[in-house]
Amino acid sequence: MGLTYIASVTASSSATLEFTTGIDSTYNEYQFHFVNIHPATDGVDFQFQVNAAGASGFNELMTTSVFRAANNEAGSATTLTYQTSDDQAQGTGYQSIGNYGGNDNDQAVSGVLTLYDPSSTTYVKHFTARATDHMAHDQAGDFYVAGYINITAAIDEISFKFASGNIDAGTIHMYGVG
Amino acid sequence: MAKTLIATATASSSSSLSFTSGIDSTYDVYEFHFVNIHPQTSGQYFQFQVNAAGQSGFNETMTTSFFRARHNESGSTASLDYEGGFDQAQGTAYQTIGLWGGANADENLAGVLTLYAPSSTTYVKHFQTTIIHNQSSNYAFNNFIAGYINTTSAIDEISFKYSSGNIDAGTIKMFGVS
Repeated sequence: MGLTYIASVTASSSATLEFTTGIDSTYNEYQFHFVNIHPATDGVDFQFQVNAAGASGFNELMTTSVFRAANNEAGSATTLTYQTSDDQAQGTGYQSIGNYGGNDNDQAVSGVLTLYDPSSTTYVKHFTARATDHMAHDQAGDFYVAGYINITAAIDEISFKFASGNIDAGTIHMYGVG
Repeated sequence: MAKTLIATATASSSSSLSFTSGIDSTYDVYEFHFVNIHPQTSGQYFQFQVNAAGQSGFNETMTTSFFRARHNESGSTASLDYEGGFDQAQGTAYQTIGLWGGANADENLAGVLTLYAPSSTTYVKHFQTTIIHNQSSNYAFNNFIAGYINTTSAIDEISFKYSSGNIDAGTIKMFGVS
């Protein structure tokens, strides 16, 4: 037991990367490790949404908070700020977990999203995410996102995409924790 | 990195959840994962303390920091703040890691506390915590607490509780990290 590998998905100019099986009551905690997610388009947010069991569409209700630290390669622009433009208040959009990703050949976003007890039919579903981002304009971004999916229905599918354009390359690994 | 599940504690209207065995020199790093921690009483603080080997009582000296992001469901309040009322400076109280927890049927708390080298008899013991929870006024709270337990004695017990009222339900999993 511990961290158990379940599945991986790998992008190749993909509109989305999704896990549509493997999220169930086997574990009460799941981790999604995204590695070198490279956007086709410059300056776009990496995002996720979920689908409730038996429902259709990645459009569940979320309330979230977002903040980030950043520093540019010149050392001239450091920040630690709450990102009001990226949070949601009972929204149904895809939630940004990577910020303004650069699409130079060597740029990408990596991190971990943790989803707690997606199969519960009693509680809302909490998640936390931390991503480090080689942002457009040559900034290092450290992006913290958390919140809850405000439904008591079980969640059994998750989708990742960029706000615009394809996922050019990259891999997401899904683990069960327990 | 491998995580080995050592033990699980499950609440059922419990005044506290404690691990009184299994914390030793087997691992340098221990993680405590909180899933669906549900308070019996609304508006209370979720907290932890530790006990040094051979001592009695959960009352070790700590110096800690606490900041959090928050966002409410109406979207009217979003902020990133240091919580000066919930840190400790050489305090011996239970350290708050969840603020004003919501006790509605679907509300709960999730997250991870990492404790470093508790068996060291040379160094103070560092910890860090990331929590996501429902706050009782329909906020998503994302809390970051870190600090050190200012003792060079080994630590072999840890306790979790709410500031008032029982832990109605929920699970804490203890992992060793190697």
